[in-house]
Amino acid sequence: MQGKRDAIWLFHPQGVGRACTKGRQSTTQQAACGIDTKAAEATTITLQTRSEQRRNAPDSPVSGGLPPDVASAALSGLPRGWPLATPSALHPSPSGAQRIWPNDGQQTLIMLTLYARRRLINALSLGVSTLAMLFGLFWLGWILWTLLANGLQGLNLNLFTQMTPPPGSEGGLLNAIAGSLMMTFIATLIGTPIGILAGTYLAEFGQRGWLAPVTRFINDVLLSAPSIVIGLFVYEIYVIKIGHFSGWAGAFALSIIVIPVVIRTTENMLRLVPNTLREAAAALGTPQWKIINFVTLRAARAGILTGILLAVARISGETAPLLFTSLNNQFWSSDLNQPMANLPVVIFQFAMSPYADWQSLAWAGALLITVSVLTLNILARVLFRQTVPSH
Amino acid sequence: MPTFAHESRIKYQHWLDIVFRNITRLAAFSVLILLLALIASLVMGGLPAIKHFGFGFLSSAVWNPVTDEFGALVPIIGTLVTSFIALLIAIPISFGIAIFLTELSPRWLRRPLGIAIELLAGIPSIIYGMWGLFVFAPLFAEHVQPWLIEKLGPSPLFGPLFQGIPMGVGILTAGIILAIMVIPFIASVMRDVFEIVPTLLKESAYGLGATTWEVMWNVILPYTKIGVVGGIMLGLGRALGETMAVTFVIGNAHKLSTSLLMPGNSISSALANEFNEAVGELYTSALVQLGLILFLITFVVLSMARYMLHRLAKREGT
Repeated sequence: MQGKRDAIWLFHPQGVGRACTKGRQSTTQQAACGIDTKAAEATTITLQTRSEQRRNAPDSPVSGGLPPDVASAALSGLPRGWPLATPSALHPSPSGAQRIWPNDGQQTLIMLTLYARRRLINALSLGVSTLAMLFGLFWLGWILWTLLANGLQGLNLNLFTQMTPPPGSEGGLLNAIAGSLMMTFIATLIGTPIGILAGTYLAEFGQRGWLAPVTRFINDVLLSAPSIVIGLFVYEIYVIKIGHFSGWAGAFALSIIVIPVVIRTTENMLRLVPNTLREAAAALGTPQWKIINFVTLRAARAGILTGILLAVARISGETAPLLFTSLNNQFWSSDLNQPMANLPVVIFQFAMSPYADWQSLAWAGALLITVSVLTLNILARVLFRQTVPSH
Repeated sequence: MPTFAHESRIKYQHWLDIVFRNITRLAAFSVLILLLALIASLVMGGLPAIKHFGFGFLSSAVWNPVTDEFGALVPIIGTLVTSFIALLIAIPISFGIAIFLTELSPRWLRRPLGIAIELLAGIPSIIYGMWGLFVFAPLFAEHVQPWLIEKLGPSPLFGPLFQGIPMGVGILTAGIILAIMVIPFIASVMRDVFEIVPTLLKESAYGLGATTWEVMWNVILPYTKIGVVGGIMLGLGRALGETMAVTFVIGNAHKLSTSLLMPGNSISSALANEFNEAVGELYTSALVQLGLILFLITFVVLSMARYMLHRLAKREGT
């Protein structure tokens, strides 16, 4: 691992350190070995070369009589004179620390407080980061649990066979589910081809000219543009013109959200296709449009499908752009020219209402949406992992 | 010059190439058109209000549909303050999550945990809203807010921020819900940029005896700081434009208040709540102008985020 001359072992008088014998496994583990807050009590450590230690340990004034127990793998690679070589770059030296710098290669003493403090800070911060992870998972668990607890009781066959009811009577969410499916489907149908074509342009023809970088940039901005503004946009250009809310308007609004997602994934996926494939096809005399359509796009199709699934997942939960476009419809309607019921807006309306049966329907709908969105997300990821083994 | 039988076929294919390239170029161009149309339509829609109120729209806190007086100050402040609270909570937590995912977690746990965090981002915002209104807000009002009012209310520095009665809904609640929503975005960008740090750099620091934390703080973070800031801006963009979750819990009151516990309003929730009920040209166009302001704010923030992430990606390439 390292020359004996350079190897420096760490000791402290009380010998409370933990021998770390895991060896070189991974950097993470190595460093983790160094965490031992008990060492905080110790006062001094001795740094000396391994060979010197062997010679001196039995009668050394500092580490005398103590077993050389605390070789820390994390620190075993320390070159000599390390405290000098890194003048507090990695850690501010504690003001009161007493240091004896290596003088003639005999023995080095530094206050352990520095080492202990570093380990303490490390342990604390890593502990806090673990807590942060748990914190994130905690919300996920809580939200999902709430959904299950409130949504499951409303989940029955009526949900899928009956229309949204007036308050106080039995009903389901059939028209909302159907409306959501229809608008999502049409939005995907409109958004996907545009997205794939534009993504193809960015990946295959985008090396020169101003259009590709500008489009890429604007696409990235549109990707996370506030969805309510998109609803407002469709309202301004479409709903006002035809004079009423409609399913088409809702589908248009959703398709504007689909396009950036598909462009982004298509471009990324096409870039993953090895150039050798294109060159091989070109060497056979294939025209470019055939190369792209029958070689590269085909090679990337699973990745592109992932993008489409993610886009569908994204729009099936979108509420804000539908508020001003498709609005809602109490009744069954398959006419896209009419206001159209859809799950998110129904959930919004019912959840904000004071009626208990509406609220319970809203919970059931919320569970339905979340389960389908999360399923789509997981499906997309599984699909993606199968196509790109390196990820 | 000899001619070949297939020459016309080559010409035909070449022509198809040009057609295909231009179709894709048109599709790419449509994205630009989309953006321009979006801005243009919002400007057109907001024109009556822009003409009527001028720049006073931005500084007036009056919102009175009856007398047709509108000012954007309350929703703008609401949007900014809720997003600020969200970032205040989300940045350290996301940083912790990213550290955990890149440096601490066992290899076999990384993927499932990463997916779990990303699922948090996948949950539709309306679900956050419902959960916030029905589950979080009542608990918050019962257990946390009285404590805040009691402990922090009298303090001279933070006192004004924690006055009032515990209602559950309000600016602070909206900020917390937003924080939960943006954590996965920031955390996954941070994780991605942390992963591009060359192993050589990390191993060198570990070899010098640095602890995991020191490697994080002194090696990885300086190397990736542009990307980290970019990720934070991306989260900010999300928080600014978030609609449904905020609409449920912010309280929807066009009132300016120093207290974070009082209900307020944000641009997006004002739009969601009032747009369909708005009567009269001025009312509608004032709301559209609010939308325009929101879009411009997020556009600037997101542009900066992308620029920073782009710069980091460029450096990775060299």
